Amino acid sequence: MKSRRAGPPVFEGKTDVAEASGGLVIRPMDQFEVRPLFGGDTVGIFTITNVTLWMALTIAAVTLLMVVGSRGRALVPTRSQSVAELAYSFVYKMIEDVTGRDAVRFFPYIMTLFMFVFFANILGLVPFAFTTTSHIAVTAVLALAVFISVTVLGFVINGASFLRLFWVDSAPLALRPVLALIEVISYCVRPVSHSIRLAGAMMAGHAVAKVFAGFAAALGAAFFVPVLAVAALYALELLVAVIQAYVFTILTCVYLKDALHPHH
Amino acid sequence: MEGELADMGRYIGVGLTAIGMGGAAIGVGNIAGNFLSGALRNPAAAAGQTAMLFIGIAFAEALGIFSFLVALLLMFAV
Amino acid sequence: MADNAGNGVGMPQLDFSTFPNQIFWLVVTLVVLYLILSRVALPRIGSVLAERAGTISNDIAAAETYKQQAAEAEAAYHRALEEARAAAARVVDEARAEIQADLDAAIAKADAEIAARAAESEQKIAAIRDSADAAVAEVARDAAREIVAAFGISADATAVDAAVDERLQRGAA
Repeated sequence: MKSRRAGPPVFEGKTDVAEASGGLVIRPMDQFEVRPLFGGDTVGIFTITNVTLWMALTIAAVTLLMVVGSRGRALVPTRSQSVAELAYSFVYKMIEDVTGRDAVRFFPYIMTLFMFVFFANILGLVPFAFTTTSHIAVTAVLALAVFISVTVLGFVINGASFLRLFWVDSAPLALRPVLALIEVISYCVRPVSHSIRLAGAMMAGHAVAKVFAGFAAALGAAFFVPVLAVAALYALELLVAVIQAYVFTILTCVYLKDALHPHH
Repeated sequence: MEGELADMGRYIGVGLTAIGMGGAAIGVGNIAGNFLSGALRNPAAAAGQTAMLFIGIAFAEALGIFSFLVALLLMFAV
Repeated sequence: MADNAGNGVGMPQLDFSTFPNQIFWLVVTLVVLYLILSRVALPRIGSVLAERAGTISNDIAAAETYKQQAAEAEAAYHRALEEARAAAARVVDEARAEIQADLDAAIAKADAEIAARAAESEQKIAAIRDSADAAVAEVARDAAREIVAAFGISADATAVDAAVDERLQRGAA
């Protein structure tokens, strides 16, 4: 495959054919590129890039909703305040229901995760936006943070008996070592699926939207067909963005429950 | 010629990964359908189980996304 | 793509040279978000929600108190009404008894007066009758004396009177 790398990229090769027939150039992965904002080509660790911009916008959106929206502290809430309260009690109730009452002390951490993923997903749907959560680097850090902190927490709270999480008491004795192995593997795969699910879902939707939008440019008079398709896709993407944020948070709660109550 | 053959194999592989998405679709549909039939039998208990519904859907969906990821890797990274 | 020059990978997600940058900014973002949420937003919203829950339960408790007070007031009103009714009945009874007593007294007085007058009248009648009897006896004595005298018998006046009285008494008896 080294020869391919040296040559033009995949879609370049494909568009060579397409350009001859109608100038179809679709580059669905361009939108995920990390670019320096203020010139330059190299992306160092402290370079201000579009990642920085959209993460800052995420912070701004969260602040706008949760801090500015609730500044009135009204007993009868305004519209923005009631949305902020809705988000608050939504996550609070999720932790209470899934993890248990004693997990409420982790509420700020889980709320941070939820608000970040939610607004990064939603802001990624703005046209020409950069979706930070579509990058495996970002979601892997989020998932690994959850994984490591949950595992450490499990050992700190339960000591060595945390390992009983992998020892299925209800299974026949002969099967237990096999099951324990499977449980350990599935436990260790958690951060992988946790991070790839979010990044993959975001990436897939945006890439498909881009491909459809490219069709609209190529189809000429029949442009409205892919435009309608993109509109429908955007509605689906909005749903996916919300559900993925919800799923990411609720899985965090489920993992946290394993750390707090490994015997159930 | 060799490169074109490799391209062809890659595109075939990408197409085959689409089958994986179909499997995920079956799984998600199965979960949602079973949830709905259970919820219609006992609507009172349904509200408390929506979290489990979404967790199940997330697990089923993750495998579809893995196949999509394989497709992307074949297309752009290999 | 950035790899027009042919030096990058097709998927920007797998461009490891950008990973440190993304991870750095992600960590900064998460820390900032955590500080904003845990220091400002969540305590504020939590206190608002707690305050609202407190206000609602206080209001419900107050409403409960007011309801109880209203029930008590209604009971007191009914009690007062009953008392007033009983008092009214008592007053009516008293008045009736008083009137009855007055009436009885008046009737008794009238009866007594009637009886007194009747007795007086009877006395008068008796007196008149007695005097009439006396007058009849006198007349009878006189007449008997005269008759006896007319028959030319000189009779003792007292004997005549005695005979007349005897006859009168015998006739009366």
